[in-house]
Amino acid sequence: MNAPAAPLLQARDLSRSFRVRRSGGMFGHAAVLHAVDGVSFDLTPGRTLGLVGESGCGKTTTARLVLGILTPTGGEVRFEGAPVPAPGTRAWRQLRRRMQMVFQDPLGALDRRIPVGQQVMEPLAIHGAGARGDRRGRALELLDAVGLGASFFARYPHELSGGQRQRIVLARALILDPTLLVCDEPISALDVSIQAQVINLLLDLQAKFGLAYLFISHDLKVVRQISHEVAVMYLGKIVEQGDPDRLLTDPAHPYTQALVSAIPVAAAARRRPRLILKGDPPNPVDRPAGCAFHPRCPAAVDRCRVDTPVLKPLPDGRLAACHVAHGEAGSARLVA
Amino acid sequence: METLVALRGLTVDFDVGHRVIRALHGVDITVGKGEAVGLVGESGSGKSVTWLAALGLLGPRARVRGSVTLAGQELLGAPARALEAVRGRRIAMIFQDPASALNPVHRIGRQIGEALGLHRGLDGGAARAEARRLLDRVGIADAARRLTDYPHQLSGGMNQRVMIAMALAGEPDMLVADEPTTALDATIQAQILDLLRELRRDGGMSMVLISHDLGVVAENSDRICVMYAGRIVEEAPTAELFAAPRHPYTSGLLAALPDLDGPRRRLVAIPGTVPEPAHLPPGCAFAPRCPVVLPVCATAVPPLESAGPGHRAACVRVRRAVAA
Repeated sequence: MNAPAAPLLQARDLSRSFRVRRSGGMFGHAAVLHAVDGVSFDLTPGRTLGLVGESGCGKTTTARLVLGILTPTGGEVRFEGAPVPAPGTRAWRQLRRRMQMVFQDPLGALDRRIPVGQQVMEPLAIHGAGARGDRRGRALELLDAVGLGASFFARYPHELSGGQRQRIVLARALILDPTLLVCDEPISALDVSIQAQVINLLLDLQAKFGLAYLFISHDLKVVRQISHEVAVMYLGKIVEQGDPDRLLTDPAHPYTQALVSAIPVAAAARRRPRLILKGDPPNPVDRPAGCAFHPRCPAAVDRCRVDTPVLKPLPDGRLAACHVAHGEAGSARLVA
Repeated sequence: METLVALRGLTVDFDVGHRVIRALHGVDITVGKGEAVGLVGESGSGKSVTWLAALGLLGPRARVRGSVTLAGQELLGAPARALEAVRGRRIAMIFQDPASALNPVHRIGRQIGEALGLHRGLDGGAARAEARRLLDRVGIADAARRLTDYPHQLSGGMNQRVMIAMALAGEPDMLVADEPTTALDATIQAQILDLLRELRRDGGMSMVLISHDLGVVAENSDRICVMYAGRIVEEAPTAELFAAPRHPYTSGLLAALPDLDGPRRRLVAIPGTVPEPAHLPPGCAFAPRCPVVLPVCATAVPPLESAGPGHRAACVRVRRAVAA
């Protein structure tokens, strides 16, 4: 393996909490929701980190922290070696040219009254990049790169299919030559036959432009297809992180095990025994003490109730935050 | 297997004012007693419309033709009273988004009680006791207390369990589950599918499972129908469909799915997009996207023909293979 490249993006002990009101009484009472709680990762140029987890686990908050749309309440994000400046400042706007975002719903991300070609060009005008006369040519280049011809330039979003709209969103995100693309469930709203097209396109664009992706998805199969590394989140923390194949074939954390076993598989021969978790993920406001997963965990022991496990390397190099996976659980089984 | 529900030549036309658009082009489906039939297809393929039409739930702008029978009794064009005795009572339906199917201002217990009163004439203490039994049956802990909760106090997975409890209130012969887990998280989806399997095993209930997810359908159906642009293009026993798909659209869907293990390969995407119902190509609707298209495909719609025991596909190549 080559010497590791300098990281493009570094998240260090990133935390973000929100003040919320709990229901109960006329006005409820104040509480603190820890949406992201001590998340650290590196992303090197041209690579993809997949972020998976269920709704409410903090993956979208992490994305917003990375882009500086939200300010962290703890920890730090560094982009190309320097801290991400405060949102709204001139320095932050300059930086945002280099880090772009793609969302789940392409129709919601496009303006229905403006031809899509204009929308692809718009970031150039906003950032005052390139000569005015060159912008159209640049937009046509990008339309070509995402597999849509020049004939699409004058069309409106409603004239396009979901997959074509997501291509427009990608073209617009790429026109400023970013080095990082944060993709939040970019294919979840697309039909199965179109998802494969967009996954292939994302891989082609990465090879062509050397992009790094922070790829957020609830679909482990898609994440495996596209990621060099995967981090699994549960209630604001990364619980397992490592090589996608290893993580999927031999998950170490009981939560990853449950996630992997919950994937419905078409081919009967490939099915594995299903691990059905009891109950729902707890409300992030009521984060259980110790390991947050312990109330649903089939392997939990006494220690898990009181002692929060740290994310640290297993012998095979991947990271896991689990007393049981690290063989540090002791012998006492949790009495339910 | 004894047939419970049979759809024959079902067509649906939507009157959109200036023109009439055909959404369903003659669909045949039979569901046996105790059988689980999966219906897969992409958005707009007609999988939901098929069952909404069969149960008379499409409203006045839709014109439904063909035949829908339940244990031999014709439902299409039947008087409202006869339909009301079937809907919810003998055939129940659950939908993708449980939160919008439940009334947000009424307690769970009252909503289940309403279904019990309507379908089984229960009220008062008997209805409450039965509602508690049903919540218990669908795996909601502390059922007695939950009866007084409102939908917003429950999670998405719990609300879907409540919907299933309401569907079970009429002790139906068949459950139509339309994308029942699409809005739910992966671990909750596994719980709900497990519950549906258990209910079917214990009660001998028939089920139609509508989903865009081939994996979900594969694990929960005896037989699968694949729909494309308002038609069934392939139908086969589940294992056979995945082992030996005969329609290029089915093969395309399978190739487009990322694997969970094995070597990573570039996905084989189906080019193009699903045609809109108002602008279907002439001939086979899949022809413009088909990798093995023949000149004849643009001229005539291929009928659904036998491609082996219990296996049918609507592709001219199937007919050629049989003739050869």
